[in-house]
Amino acid sequence: MYDVVIIGAGVSGTASARALSAYDLKICVVEKAEDVCCGTSKANSAIVHAGYDAKPGSLMAKLNVQGNKMMPKLAEELDVPFNPCGSLVVCRDDEDQEMLQELYDQGIANGVEGLKILNREETHAMEPNLADEVTAALWAPSAGVICPFQLNIAYAENACENGVEFRFDTEVQEIEKIEGGYRLNTENGPIETKVVVNAAGVHADKFHNMVSADHIHITPRRGDYCLLDKTAGDLVTRTIFQLPGKFGKGVLVSPTVHGNIIVGPTAIEQEDREATATTRDGLDQVISVSARSVKNVPIRQTITSFAGVRAHEDGGEFIIEELKDAKGFVDCAGIESPGLVSSPAVGEYVKEIVTGILNPARKADFKATRKGILDPKTLSEEERNALIKENPAYGNIICRCEKVTEGEILDAIHRPLGAKSLDGVKRRTRAGMGRCQSGFCSPRTMEILARELKKDMSEITKCGKGSGLIVGKNKELQ
Amino acid sequence: MQNNYDLVIVGGGPAGLAAAEAARKNGIENMIILERDKELGGILNQCIHNGFGLHTFKEELTGPEYAQRFIDRVKELNIPYKLNTMVMDISEQKEVTIMNREEGLQKLQAKSVILAMGCRERPRGALNIPGYRPAGIYSAGTAQRLVNMEGFMPGREVVILGSGDIGLIMARRMTLEGAKVKVVAELMPYSGGLKRNIVQCLDDFGIPLKLSHTVIDIDGKERVKGITLAQVDGRGKPIPGTEEYYSCDTLLLSVGLIPENELSKEAGVELSPVTSGPVVNESLETSIPGVFACGNVLHVHDLVDFVSEEAAAAGKNAARYILGNKERISGDAEEKAIPIVPTEGVRYTVPSHIRVDGMEEQLKVRFRVGAVYSKCYVSVYLDGERIIHKRRPVMAPGEMEEILLKKEELREREGLAQITVKIEEA
Repeated sequence: MYDVVIIGAGVSGTASARALSAYDLKICVVEKAEDVCCGTSKANSAIVHAGYDAKPGSLMAKLNVQGNKMMPKLAEELDVPFNPCGSLVVCRDDEDQEMLQELYDQGIANGVEGLKILNREETHAMEPNLADEVTAALWAPSAGVICPFQLNIAYAENACENGVEFRFDTEVQEIEKIEGGYRLNTENGPIETKVVVNAAGVHADKFHNMVSADHIHITPRRGDYCLLDKTAGDLVTRTIFQLPGKFGKGVLVSPTVHGNIIVGPTAIEQEDREATATTRDGLDQVISVSARSVKNVPIRQTITSFAGVRAHEDGGEFIIEELKDAKGFVDCAGIESPGLVSSPAVGEYVKEIVTGILNPARKADFKATRKGILDPKTLSEEERNALIKENPAYGNIICRCEKVTEGEILDAIHRPLGAKSLDGVKRRTRAGMGRCQSGFCSPRTMEILARELKKDMSEITKCGKGSGLIVGKNKELQ
Repeated sequence: MQNNYDLVIVGGGPAGLAAAEAARKNGIENMIILERDKELGGILNQCIHNGFGLHTFKEELTGPEYAQRFIDRVKELNIPYKLNTMVMDISEQKEVTIMNREEGLQKLQAKSVILAMGCRERPRGALNIPGYRPAGIYSAGTAQRLVNMEGFMPGREVVILGSGDIGLIMARRMTLEGAKVKVVAELMPYSGGLKRNIVQCLDDFGIPLKLSHTVIDIDGKERVKGITLAQVDGRGKPIPGTEEYYSCDTLLLSVGLIPENELSKEAGVELSPVTSGPVVNESLETSIPGVFACGNVLHVHDLVDFVSEEAAAAGKNAARYILGNKERISGDAEEKAIPIVPTEGVRYTVPSHIRVDGMEEQLKVRFRVGAVYSKCYVSVYLDGERIIHKRRPVMAPGEMEEILLKKEELREREGLAQITVKIEEA
């Protein structure tokens, strides 16, 4: 029997796993997908929000501001790309400037530092490509952008190195109460545990409602995005928000931590929790609404568009607690935006609850740091040549657009919880994330995956079960 | 390792090979070809269909056969080349940073550089096609590589978006390998491919071509399950009520080629917003003196024969530059250059400006039209005077056009300010 089973290997589940891995506990993360970071955590704005959006006194506000303050150090410990670029909420001449003041006051109440309201000149001086109608802005220097994949992967790798077990392709179908804990019936058989952490994202209400009479309800809220080529990367240098409306924070225009520009999201409520298809209307909306804050967005330089589904709970609040009518079952539910920035604090918060239940001892040998995949582009020429001499794979470029070497891909495959699919390699190394969107490198990455994992090419997938890339050899089709 | 070269050629495809041959034959000894793939020949290696070389060799070759003829010449001439070598950077001073497994990062100093990097395919994202993002969506060229070079079939039931030549060729190829190609959809009211490919690759196999149609949705969470096509109006917007669902496991995209100019851009080479390739003069020299461009990196060609011809000119001009005729090629004050202005149906010309002194006796100017024209004339004006008025039964954006300018004729005109190329209807 496990001490703790965490359902979901997204950013909340793995942050919790990492925080708990500092204790003497037998922990397992179960995930229905083939890899970490396959749901909401992989498709969002990647913003480290400052923390002025949530209502003062809410758990959301508290964990957002806490997470924001933890992020710089955490990014260093876990070797995750992070850019503390700051953010602007811009206000147009046809909008109510008092709302900026309200956001400012809310931010102060939440403990956000460095907030300042800027006038038209100050605002335009910071970002020359803002729409001419922008008259003022709320400047939040503590905001930033992070690599959402790397953060999620880093939590998981670090947890794994500290002894946490991961089971992928393992969907939880049913949860029953048993003596001293719970039995999770999965597609790969039952798993028993004393404590359950329910970090199942858009599916968290389903599991909650299996064990509690006090139901919660999550509405999947889809967000469509366009990602622009790095050639558009200097459009804005800070995250540009619009004044919040009744569906979230409006459309943002932001640099990504890797130098692209992201534009989005929409906020479209839907039934299907897995429906991450973009729609023409959604993409059109992203494009037209973005023009309200930033002029001349070079939308023709879009290299990909995508959608993610946020887990919006009816109460609009994070639900992180042990259930009153199901002892040992801990919810980590309703984690929508600002879930990514909050994740370090969410992990700590879950840890407090779980250690309160199980009273474990702290491990003496907990290792808080993790080394990411070595990016040779960060090395000097001499260092790089020494590396290539030692391992020639670092001299072999596989992804031309992002200049990713074979050495990095091998590292991604062979490290703990390594990549098993094309998308797994992509999220770990950026191979295939550039302007040609894997046109050149996918056959080569597939070959490397097949060789290293000792699989047939027909077994190599884009993202796990059902997503095979090859249907057979030539002349074999019938 | 040698780090100083008179000439560095970036790319060992058809353009790089032909440029190398011409440069050597015009007296350049100290040169090298840099190729990122494991063999010379570039994209021709995966173009195993025939139809190459009709102009150059007066016979019909496959892509690899055509490439081999040039590879053989390069080898006979003992022109050195490096394979599996990526060019990481080119500086304005013509310092070329390369990387490979054996030598690591190295800097080569060149007197002259020929850009011959070819082009790449536009990805799905560039079209912003809505829907899921499952496995089974390939650019046509990627599928071509998988099938022709690695022997793997990417799918069984195929829909192709875009009627560019690679899409048409792949429609036939997938069919021959046992897949069912259900339809080829083209956003424009005309095909972007060669007429002969439409006949030989679609018509002969009974594959329907739907003009003015596009993909408006992609179905399937893990692997493509189907796509929805719709007809589009004159502005490319889908027309409600025309949607049609096709079940398929594969969507191939042949939606345009983009000259691959990331290196050129970093070097500071001026690019044309129309072709996405460098702006060049009569010598195919870019805005950086001594840096030349040819082939698909300059502008996307339909026929490799013309790539070879253009590249040979670039190689010859680079040789002239290196061997001291610098004055004639690039030392000329640029203000003496005469612009070629494309207008009235002509989208661009290569070159885009001419210095008469730098010309050969005859200069081929290549261009494309922006729409389909029938019974029209290609006209060239020297300032106000029309000197060429060539009747053409039909012209289409999918077929590159050319005109010949004579040095004598331009030289005779003192104070010539502008050359205009346009389409005139009958």
